[in-house]
Amino acid sequence: MSDSGQQHPLSIYYWIWGLLFVISAFSYAVDYYQLQGTLRWTLILIFMFLKAGFITAIFMHMTWERLALQLAILLPPVFLMVFIGIMAIEADYTFLTRIEFFTESDFVPVYHHDSGAGH
Amino acid sequence: MSETSIVETQEPLQEGMAGVVSDFSSDKQSFHVHWGKAMMWIFLLSDTFIFSSFLIGYMTVRMSAQDPWPLTSEVFALSMGGEPIPLLLIAIMTFILITSSGTMAMAVNMGYRKEKKKTFYLMLATAILGASFVGMQVFEWSKLILDEGVRPWANPMGASQFGAAFFMITGFHGMHVTGGVIYLLVVAFRVKNGFYERRGNDYSIVEIAGLYWHFVDLVWVFIFAFFYLW
Repeated sequence: MSDSGQQHPLSIYYWIWGLLFVISAFSYAVDYYQLQGTLRWTLILIFMFLKAGFITAIFMHMTWERLALQLAILLPPVFLMVFIGIMAIEADYTFLTRIEFFTESDFVPVYHHDSGAGH
Repeated sequence: MSETSIVETQEPLQEGMAGVVSDFSSDKQSFHVHWGKAMMWIFLLSDTFIFSSFLIGYMTVRMSAQDPWPLTSEVFALSMGGEPIPLLLIAIMTFILITSSGTMAMAVNMGYRKEKKKTFYLMLATAILGASFVGMQVFEWSKLILDEGVRPWANPMGASQFGAAFFMITGFHGMHVTGGVIYLLVVAFRVKNGFYERRGNDYSIVEIAGLYWHFVDLVWVFIFAFFYLW
């Protein structure tokens, strides 16, 4: 099927192009104005997913593909959430282990240990 | 083979979930697109997992680091007229990559309109923007290595894992951009000298190369968010 090429009016590309510029400017503004904490992380994620979504949907033509291709490509990355979860637990464990064993004696750890073992 | 096979009925493709079932249970072809496009998408899916592994590895070392993580906003600041502007170079690189994504999208469109000249020049512009992105990355790396003393195993600003994560992630992405520039140039010159015109006047390859290029931009969106902004 070589005639399956994606042809769309140019205006939609111009719109998305401009939109990507605006969203990028917003995400740069998050750093420029030094927003911190939950607000910073929320805005970073919102702008990131908006940009990624527009690039995939419009520039990479995913919106106009058949559902079979959309599912085959977009579903597997969902499992990455599990991977992220597992590694976050692992990182937490490593961090606590380091606090437990690699901390200088004059350092007061935030981590409270129940077993009463000394450092 | 062709003599024995029954004449294929040209039924219209079904939509929705029924379409998914019939696509995946079909005899010859599941994805009703150019084969190169299906293969490119599957390659990009595997690449997604590679970059995700890098970013998740970065998350793991950053979460488990005891020393404070270096402030990327200050590390990647550029001085303009005496005062440092945070993340300036990275912001410029981001805008360059988006611009190149736009020119690539136009090239794909012009390719399907069989406008050889416009396709060539738009792809050339995309490649030049990509090359300038790599040039800025070289500048960024040399500034970090020579002026700031960042190494994969240590750096003067904080957690020693910073260097390893930075060089690995941006290095692998930079390699993708470099490869993409070469790929785009090859396709662009083939468009120009009529290579695809002689082969059925099929310009699907421009869209397939475009998929790769947009993916490189897509990865940068995640690197920008998680490595530079977070």
